[in-house]
Amino acid sequence: MSPPTGGSDGPGRGVPSTRAAFSALLEDSAEDLYESAPCGYLSTLMDGTVAKVNATLLNWLGLSRDEVVGRMRFSDLLTVGGRLYHETHFAPLLRMQGHLGGIALEMRTAQGSRLPVLITSTVKKTDDGEPLLIRTTVFDATDRRAYEQELLRARRAADEARKQAEADRERLREALAVLQQSLLPATLPDIPGVETAGHYHTASPFQLGGDFYDLFPLDGDDRFAFFLGDVCGKGPQAAALTSLTRYTLRAAALHDPDPVTNLRDLNTALLDRYTGDDPRYCTAVAGVLERAGDTLNVRLASGGHPPALVLRGDGGVEYLSTPGGMLVGALPGAQFVQVRVTLRPGDTLLLYTDGLTEARIGPHRELYGYEALASFAASLAPSGPHRVIDALTELLSGFGDGLDDDTALLAVGLPARTDTGSRDRA
Amino acid sequence: MSIHRRNNIRVTGRSSGRTIVLAHGFGCDQNMWRLVEPALAKDFRVVLFDYVGAGRSDVSAWREERYSSLDGYARDVVEVCEELDLRDAVLVGHSVSAMAGVLAGAAAPERIGSLVMVCPSPYYIDEDGYRGGFSAEDIDELLESLESNYLGWSATMAPVIMGNPDRPELGEELTNSFCATDPDIARVFARTTFLSDSRKDLAGVTVPTLILECEQDAIAPPEVGAYVHSAIPGSELVTLAATGHCPQLSAPEATASAISAFVADLDR
Repeated sequence: MSPPTGGSDGPGRGVPSTRAAFSALLEDSAEDLYESAPCGYLSTLMDGTVAKVNATLLNWLGLSRDEVVGRMRFSDLLTVGGRLYHETHFAPLLRMQGHLGGIALEMRTAQGSRLPVLITSTVKKTDDGEPLLIRTTVFDATDRRAYEQELLRARRAADEARKQAEADRERLREALAVLQQSLLPATLPDIPGVETAGHYHTASPFQLGGDFYDLFPLDGDDRFAFFLGDVCGKGPQAAALTSLTRYTLRAAALHDPDPVTNLRDLNTALLDRYTGDDPRYCTAVAGVLERAGDTLNVRLASGGHPPALVLRGDGGVEYLSTPGGMLVGALPGAQFVQVRVTLRPGDTLLLYTDGLTEARIGPHRELYGYEALASFAASLAPSGPHRVIDALTELLSGFGDGLDDDTALLAVGLPARTDTGSRDRA
Repeated sequence: MSIHRRNNIRVTGRSSGRTIVLAHGFGCDQNMWRLVEPALAKDFRVVLFDYVGAGRSDVSAWREERYSSLDGYARDVVEVCEELDLRDAVLVGHSVSAMAGVLAGAAAPERIGSLVMVCPSPYYIDEDGYRGGFSAEDIDELLESLESNYLGWSATMAPVIMGNPDRPELGEELTNSFCATDPDIARVFARTTFLSDSRKDLAGVTVPTLILECEQDAIAPPEVGAYVHSAIPGSELVTLAATGHCPQLSAPEATASAISAFVADLDR
């Protein structure tokens, strides 16, 4: 290690020693440190009267010591707005805390220009704790303030953009809700002696779903057609497809109330409309209800749709299997399968879309599935349509974020005879 | 939500004494009264509260429409009085609260029996024939200062502090947290404080009224004190040997004894 230049023996010859440089530095008087400090410095009495101020601050403000000391209060050095802020925030806080740091204010110079500053103050107290005077340092914050103004501008712009985005989002949500509602029946028709209930679960208010259902009279009070289904995809395209599907099925059923024919008509309409590289299809159940004495005869055809479920008045539960029914709109000449079922008093027919059976449950996010649905239905049976739909609505909301698809539910049933099943009417 | 919780009401002092309600002004919260409260509490029952949006009030109850006019603050005062079922209380209002107090007194005369107005100003903007001390541009400058200083307030910490009024130590993690206020709320309060014109309301004051002013007050200069004094029939004006706009902090003894003397006179 080389010895330090110079040494303790005295000044080096010709070259100033480090020690000598230090000495020169130490001779920088406290007075000069104060007066020429790179920040403004002032002391005021507790009433704000300036008692002492350094040259740096006087220079910045273009004021002479005589103009300031004993004549001006600290707040006189500020802009009027800054003075208001000083009186309402700065002074009270300083009184309460004895210290206040980093406050952004503006000072007014003798030339009339503004000097953005950062102020830090401490209260000096007497030995017995009485406030004596306030010491304040003042930093020139011109550049810093310009930077902060930029940040504030950006923040305001971001705030504005956020508010606009929220408003747009709200308008979109409203528009989508109206559109979604237009794809569903406003109310189900009142069929004397028959109970009906429906429910539509919207997974996201910002995404149009592609599920649909309907129930409507064919002729008088004795025959009704119904359908329920799920088109591929989501969003506006799915909504357009749903609209086409719904009105095609409605018109087809009114023209010829045969469920298999109706699904074929739909198949043709979809293939006709969506050609080439944009095939669009759906799964659907279509059916006709016909009153026969105190029972309801149901003809039901399915195209690739999950099986309907019957909750019997005696507590039994059965799926109406329609094997071989193909997706609607995927292939020309698609085959659809029809089943018949008779509903007696106390029986309920339930149609649903796969949002229900494909919900994910539990910590391992397992498929809810058909078995669980059958068990759930068995725990309800016998139950009328309203009770079944209410219970399933509650089940769906219990799935939370495990349910990420729209889900349509439709139930039709004959009320149990009063002597055996009055609980269904509660 | 109880008004107690909403306005962070605190009741101290001699329970058998006459009730004094201390209403803070713009810029801080009930902490403003911390130096006069002990003296007043010896003889009186002292009620402290924070306006909704200030201090440890329930910020979620704040609504811009309500607090964009002095009526909103006056309603806070009345609702605090109702919550405690006060009768004939002395309302001590600092700065803008002196004016809110006038409105509250008119709305609930059975509850507010007398007023102490600390450094009041019914209108801050200069006009022909009236000197309020400020121009509209000055008020804009103040709003700029508010924007530049988020004193003790941070968007991340605020919910923690505001949501735990019973754990003040959380607030101490932030410096300058005494008067921590959401800047959006402070801006609305500032505009309401400095742009409201309450001059016409003064003539309607019929209860015993004490006006306290400071010798040197950059916000409410002596002309304004004199204006309020002449506008309220029978009012008493006391000029405290104090500087600044907050005599309850700069001259707490003088402030407390002036209030005490006024209240003692009421019972004479």
